[in-house]
Amino acid sequence: MSDTTDSGPMLAADGTPLKRSLARALRRQKIRALMLVAPLLLFVILTFIMPIASMLMRSVDNEMVGEILPQTVVEIQNWDANSGELPDEAVYAAFAADLVQAVKNKEHTKLGSRLNYEQTGLSSMFRQSGRKVKNWDPVTDGPFKEKLIKAHKGWGEIETWAAIKTHSSKYTSGYFLNAIDMQKTPQGIAAQPEDKQILITLFIRTLKMSLIITGCCILLAYPVAWILANLPARSANLLMILVLLPFWTSLLVRTSAWKVMLQQQGVINEVLVWLGIVADDNRLEIINNQFGTIVAMTHILLPFMILPMYSVMQTIQPTYLRAAKSLGATNWTAFWRVYFPQSIPGIGAGSILVFILAIGYYITPEIVGGTDGVFISNRIAYHISKSLNWGLAAALGAILLAVVLVLYWAYDKIVGIDNVKLG
Amino acid sequence: MAALTPISRKPMTFVLPIVAIVGAIAGMFVGTSFGSTTLGFFMGAIALAGLACVYVNLFDNERMVRWFHIVGSIVLGYLAAGNIGILLAGLFGWFSIWFIYWIYEGRYRAKLLPYLTPGQVLWHYTFYVICGSIFVFLITPILVVMPLSFNAQDFFTFTDKMLRLDPEGYSLKHYQDFLGLREDSNGEWLRSFWNSLKIAPIATVISVSLGTLAAIGLSQSHVPAKRAIMAILISPMIVPLIISATGMYFFYSDLGGFMENSLGMNKDFVGYVKVILAHAVLGIPFVIITVTATLVGFDRSLTRAAANMGAGPVTTFFRVQMPLILPGVISGGLFAFITSFDEVVVVMFIGSASQKTLPWQMFLGLREQISPTILAVATILVALSIMLLATLEILRRRSERLRGMSPG
Repeated sequence: MSDTTDSGPMLAADGTPLKRSLARALRRQKIRALMLVAPLLLFVILTFIMPIASMLMRSVDNEMVGEILPQTVVEIQNWDANSGELPDEAVYAAFAADLVQAVKNKEHTKLGSRLNYEQTGLSSMFRQSGRKVKNWDPVTDGPFKEKLIKAHKGWGEIETWAAIKTHSSKYTSGYFLNAIDMQKTPQGIAAQPEDKQILITLFIRTLKMSLIITGCCILLAYPVAWILANLPARSANLLMILVLLPFWTSLLVRTSAWKVMLQQQGVINEVLVWLGIVADDNRLEIINNQFGTIVAMTHILLPFMILPMYSVMQTIQPTYLRAAKSLGATNWTAFWRVYFPQSIPGIGAGSILVFILAIGYYITPEIVGGTDGVFISNRIAYHISKSLNWGLAAALGAILLAVVLVLYWAYDKIVGIDNVKLG
Repeated sequence: MAALTPISRKPMTFVLPIVAIVGAIAGMFVGTSFGSTTLGFFMGAIALAGLACVYVNLFDNERMVRWFHIVGSIVLGYLAAGNIGILLAGLFGWFSIWFIYWIYEGRYRAKLLPYLTPGQVLWHYTFYVICGSIFVFLITPILVVMPLSFNAQDFFTFTDKMLRLDPEGYSLKHYQDFLGLREDSNGEWLRSFWNSLKIAPIATVISVSLGTLAAIGLSQSHVPAKRAIMAILISPMIVPLIISATGMYFFYSDLGGFMENSLGMNKDFVGYVKVILAHAVLGIPFVIITVTATLVGFDRSLTRAAANMGAGPVTTFFRVQMPLILPGVISGGLFAFITSFDEVVVVMFIGSASQKTLPWQMFLGLREQISPTILAVATILVALSIMLLATLEILRRRSERLRGMSPG
C-alpha cells in the first residue's frame, strides 16, 4: 500500500503523516538504545581501547632522540654516513651543546640506553662522556671535535654517528624490525647478529606449542563432550561438575597444583618411583620444560574446549546415528559420516577460543615453563619490567595483538561473538 | 533409554581369565611395592581367579559373600601396610567383588541394546574407561592439593607419615601462617587477601551496573552498529592479558601521575583506583555475555503490559524486568568477581606493593620462595569456587523455573 491515497498522506493519530511518525519512533528507539550502551562504551574506550592504542603508538614512537638532541638531528642531516669521513665541526658543536644541556637535565643516560638497543656500547659512552662534558661551555669552549674524541674515542668512530643519524627520525620502524630479529643500520635493513636472534624462534615456538595444546584439548575434550551430551541429564549434570570445578578454580591454584604434581619430588615422580617404573636416581624431568607447559596448559584450557563442543553436540539428534545404522552403516561409518560432520562447529569454536587464550598465556609458562617452555608473552613482560626496552615490548605486543585480532575476526565470522556461552 | 536386555550367567571359561587379568594388574602394584613385580603379578591373578571360582560355585548368598570379601581384604590390607592399607585394600575389595559378579551374572549387558556384538560391548566400556581417565586428569590436580595443605613439614610432597595416615604427619600450620597466627608469619598473606576483597567487589559493581545497562540497550531490536559495539565490548576478554597489561602499564602510569600531581590525590588511593578500573573493564565481557543470553529469553510484552498499566520506564525496569533477569545479572557478576579475584598479570603491572592481591602473592610465592602456605590458600580458594559453582547452579535452576522451563 502506498502512503498517499486520494485523501492525502495517511495520518497517525496526532495528525502527522504516518511515515514521518514511524521514522521518528524508530529514531527515538535507536537513540534510547545507544544512550543505554553509551556509558559502557565510553568506559571501555577510555580504560581499555585507549591504553592499547597508546601502546601501539609507542611501538613506532622515536621522539626521544629528537627531543634530547634537537640541534644535532638538524645538523647531522647534512652529513653522508657512507662518505667514509667523520661529520664536520658543526655537527660536533651542535652535539656538544645538546649533550651539555642533556647532562644538566639528567637525560643523557636515558638517551644512551635508548641508543644502546641499536648499537651496544653507546650507553656506557654517554654515561662516561656525560661526566666529562659537565662543565663545558658550548659557546666559548670550541672546537669540539678533538675534545669529544678525547673524552671518549667512540666519538671518533663513524658507526656512532651513523647510528645517531639512522635513529634521529620522529617515527621509527626499528622496534618492529627488532621484533622480527632484524635491525635498522645506516646501510639499510639487515639481520641481527646470530646471538641476538631469539624472537622469531620464540614466535614460532609460541605458535607451535599453542597448536599442540589446541590439538591435545581437541583429543581429550571430544570423548568427554560426547559422553556429557549423550548420558541421561542427571548423570551428565554430575559429571559436568568435574568439568566446571577446574573451570572455576583460580588459575594460580591450578598452576601450583601442577607444580606439585610434576616436580622432581612431586606426586607423579613419587608414584612412578614407588611402582618401580622409574629409578630413584633417574626421575623424570617433566617440569621447567615444554612438556610441563603443555600438560599444565592443556589441563587449564580443557574446559574452554569441552563447553562449546558440548553445547553443539547437545543439539545433534541421536536418532540420526540410529537411522544411519539401520540403513546398514557400521559404527565407524555412522560416526564419521553422520555424527562427526555435525560436531565440527563445536570443534571450530573451541579450537579458536583455546588457541587465542593459549597464544597470549603468561603466568603458567612463567611458573612451569623453565627456559625452553616460555612464550612470547614472557619476553614482553621481561622487556617491560627488566630490560625496560618498552618500544620493543610494544612492537612485540602489536604483532601478537594482530595475530589475535585475525583469529578473533575468524571466530566472529564462524561462531558469532554473541553466541559465546559461559558455564 | 535402551530397552531392557535379558541377562544370563556367563561360563567360567569367560569369567576366570578376565578376573585373573584384573587380579594380575592389582597384584603387580602390590608386588612392586613389596619388591617383586613378577611374583605379585602371578599371585594376584591366581588369588583373585581362585576366589572368584570359590565364591560363584560354592555360595549362593551374594550379599554375604560381598561382606566377607570386603572385610577380608581390609584385614589383609591392615596386616600388610597399616592404616593406608585399610583404605586401599577396602576400595579394591569393594571393586573386585562387584566386578566378579558384574561379569559372572552378565550384568554388563543389562543397560545396553540387546543386539550389540561382543566387540561393541567391549568398545562401549573401553570408551567409558577413556572418558573416566580424562575426568581423572581434570580433577586430580585439584584434589591432590587439599591433603598436602595439611602437611606438617614444609614440603610440597607427601611425607611417609602422611601416607601412613599418622595424625602427626598432619597439621594446620600452613593455615595458621595464612592467618598470620604464627610467630614467623609476616601477615603478607592476610593483607593481600584483604586487598583482593577490597578490589574485586568494587570492580564487580562497576562492571555489573554499566554492563547490565548496555546489555539491555544491545538487546533492543534496532541498534546501529551492533556488531562493532559488541566487538569492542567483548575485546577485553579476547585480547591477551599481557597486551592489556602492557597498554595499561604505560597509560595508567600517566593517568596516575596526573591524578597525584594535578589533583593532589593520595598515592595509595590512586593505586587502588587504577587497579579497580582495570579490573572492571576486564570483567565487562562476562557481564555482557551472560546478561544478553538471559535477555534472549525475556518476553518483551511484559514491559509493554507494565507500560500499559501506567508504570514509567524506571518502575518497569526495577519491578518487572530486573527480577526476571536477576539470575543472569548475578551470574555475570560472579564471573566478573572471579575475574578480578583471580587476575594477576594486570595488577602486577599497574599496581604497586600496597595493592598486592592474593594471586600476586601466590605468584611471588611460587616463583621466589616456595612456601607451602600456597597450598593452604589454594584449598581455601577451591572451597570458594565450589561455593560459587553451587550458587550458579541454583541461579540457573531458578532462572529456568521463572521462565517456565523445567529444571534440567
